[in-house]
Parts: sequence; structure tokens; C-alpha cells
Amino acid sequence: NMMYGSLRVLLQVLWAQLLCGWVLGSELTFELPDNAKQCFYEDIIMGTKCTLEFQVVTGGHYDVDCRLEDPDGTTLYKEMKKQYDSFTFTAAKNGTYKFCFSNEFSTFTHKTVYFDFQVGDDPPLFPNENRVTALTQMESACVSIHEALKSVIDYQTHFRLREAQGRSRAEDLNTRVAFWSIGEAIILLVVSISQVVLLRSFFSDKKTTTTRVGS
Amino acid sequence: MLAMQPCLFSVLLLNVLCSFVSALYFHIGETEKKCFIEEIPDETMIIGNYRTQLYDKQTAEYLPATQGLGMFVEVKDPDDKVILSRQYGSEGRFTFTSHTPGEHQICLHSNSSKFSLFAGGMLRVHLDIQVGEHANNYAEIAAKDKLTELQLRVRQLVEQVDQIQKEQNYQRYREERFRQTSESTNQRVLWWSIVQTLILVAIGIWQMRHLKSFFEAKKLV
Repeated sequence: NMMYGSLRVLLQVLWAQLLCGWVLGSELTFELPDNAKQCFYEDIIMGTKCTLEFQVVTGGHYDVDCRLEDPDGTTLYKEMKKQYDSFTFTAAKNGTYKFCFSNEFSTFTHKTVYFDFQVGDDPPLFPNENRVTALTQMESACVSIHEALKSVIDYQTHFRLREAQGRSRAEDLNTRVAFWSIGEAIILLVVSISQVVLLRSFFSDKKTTTTRVGS
Repeated sequence: MLAMQPCLFSVLLLNVLCSFVSALYFHIGETEKKCFIEEIPDETMIIGNYRTQLYDKQTAEYLPATQGLGMFVEVKDPDDKVILSRQYGSEGRFTFTSHTPGEHQICLHSNSSKFSLFAGGMLRVHLDIQVGEHANNYAEIAAKDKLTELQLRVRQLVEQVDQIQKEQNYQRYREERFRQTSESTNQRVLWWSIVQTLILVAIGIWQMRHLKSFFEAKKLV
């Protein structure tokens, strides 16, 4: 019984150390003003498989510059004016990795950018999972359903972002149509009235000249 | 049972510490306000954890910020109504549940009024935002409802499916809005074409009649 107790303690200590290898993935949507650059940093342990995925949700031509650097400053990934991309890499060094999004090429449109930075695997549900006993059939079934549902949620997120993009374009179009209709009506009225006024002014001058010559 | 107690305690403790594991971080200026957008369905819980560090010129590295320095967290719902507006310390955890589906905006800015604290430097903020199913603390749920391993796994699946269902409901609502916007644009374009044609014809008639009467008055016609 005592051996069982100390074994459990050992397993917890092991899990605590292994936890350091499982950093939760970060998924954020932020606003990037025009001529601005936003950088994010994360400390990664060597050998961890990481994925950076980003998508521009609203703004301008829906593009952004992205750049990923390792702790020594070497550029691992650099793309200009990309709308959506996904980049997977394995950390070759321990240290702080930095990735930046830049909207410096844009003069007046601010953009909303979504990114998902997955580092390593998701933490397991239990502290001593997989270390002592193999999973039963039921448990394996649960694990595979869990993975499938995770991918469903992932697809839903991508769909939501695409839909947000489409919706943002449609709303832009709607406001543009409204402004343009009003603007064109005003221009029409102004031009037609000034045409008539100008024409009248031509004939008014001529009449005065004719009268003077006559007398 | 007695052997379970320290085990459970350490699990809970480590899960609490887990929320302070250094996640993603970024730099924020003194008066700068950083906003993050979360587009979520209704009745979804969001838990945000943050930790701040201040740059110390003497040691040339980032140290945990002093107690006086806090962050002001403001959360707005899709109708621009403020649902959470609180000041937390240099380390904090904020939670809210959405009651309307849509884009919620989470804004953070430091409450520093003493310029000497920053001395022109930047504040390093570690931020972690968990949405929906990810916000659940399964160790806590297992302890509270006394679930076995299998039961906890199934519970996690149930929560995930719940989240998928909410998202799909929200998607239906969004699609309706999109359709309304498209139909409104369609209506506007149609209405505007008709009105423009009418205005053109009316203006043309008015111009000719006005000029005709003008020339007749001037005895040129």
C-alpha cells in the first residue's frame, strides 16, 4: 500500500515536469491599426512541433505581412501581403520565438487579424494517463472521438472567419452603395442647375452688348 | 480514500499553476490600449489569464511588476455595452459569459499614473484566453461530481459537442444577417436605378421648359 502511494507521488512529480512540455496553444484575434506592427513572443523548448496559422478577417485588401523568427533572429518564415497561411516547424533551439504581423504598407485601413499558434500537444485530461496502464477500448474510442471533434471545431473556426470576411465585404458594399446613391443624386442636381444658370448668363451678357451697339 | 486526498490536492494545485504557465506574451506601452476580439455564440464562458512583467534597467531584464501596477480590463458585448469593467492587479484572471452572440471586445490597458514606473519602457503582458470548452477545469469537475476516468472523458466529449452545437446556431444567425445585408444592397441598387432615371428625365424636362421660356422672354425664339 505504501509502495502504491509513493508510486503515485512519483507519477505526479513526473507529470509536473512533463507539463512544462505541454504549453497550451494560443488563439487570438486582434486589431492591427494602419502603419502598425504587432509582435508576439513565446518561449519554446527544443524539439517541440509548432504550428502558426493566421488569417486576415476584415480590412482593406485583406492582406498582412507576417514574419517568424527564432531566438537567434534567423527568419524561419516571411511572407508579404498574405491573406491566409499555415506554417509548421519543429523548434531547433530553446528560447524565445517571435512572430510579427505588419500593416506598415497600408495608409489608412486598419485590419483585424486572427492567428492560432499551437505549441506541442494539448495537455492530457489526467495526470497519470498513459503512463501506468494502456487505454481500454472505451477510452481509446473516447480519445478518437475527442480528436475528431477537435478537428470539427477547427473547421468551424475557419468557416466562421471566412464568413466574417464575406459579411464584412457585403456590409462595406452596402454602405458604399448608399453613399454613392446620395452623392450621385446631389452631383446630378448641382450639375444640371449650374448648366442652366451658366447658359442664362451667356445670353444675358449678349443682350446688353446688343442694346449698347443699337443705341 | 486517504491516499486520494494528497493526490487530488496536488492535481488541483498543479492545475491552478497551469493557468500561470507562461503563455504567449507581447509588449504594451504605458498609455496603450490593446484590444482582442472574440466572436462567440451566446452562453459561452471565457476565462482570461494575464501576468505582467516590467523591464528593470538595472538588471536589464523583465521582472514581475510591483503591486501598485495593475491592468484595467474592459469587455464590451456586440451591442457595444460594457459587460465587464474592472481593475486587476499585476496578475489577474477575468471571467465572463456571453449573453448575446457576436463579437466581444476585450481591452487591456495599464492603470499606471506614475510615469517613473515605466520610465519610457514597455510592459510585458503574458496573456491566455480560453473559450468555451477549453475554459472548463476538468480536475475540478471530476472532484466535484466524483466521476471516474471514463465518465470524465465522456463529459469532455459532451462539452465539446455542446460547443459545436452553439457555434452552429450562431452560424445560422450570422447567415441570416448576411442574407439581410445582401438583400438590402439589392433593394438599394434597384431603388437607386429607378430614382436616378426619374431624376434624369425630370431634370431634362425642367431644363428644356425653363430655357424655352427664358428664350421666349428674350425674344430669341
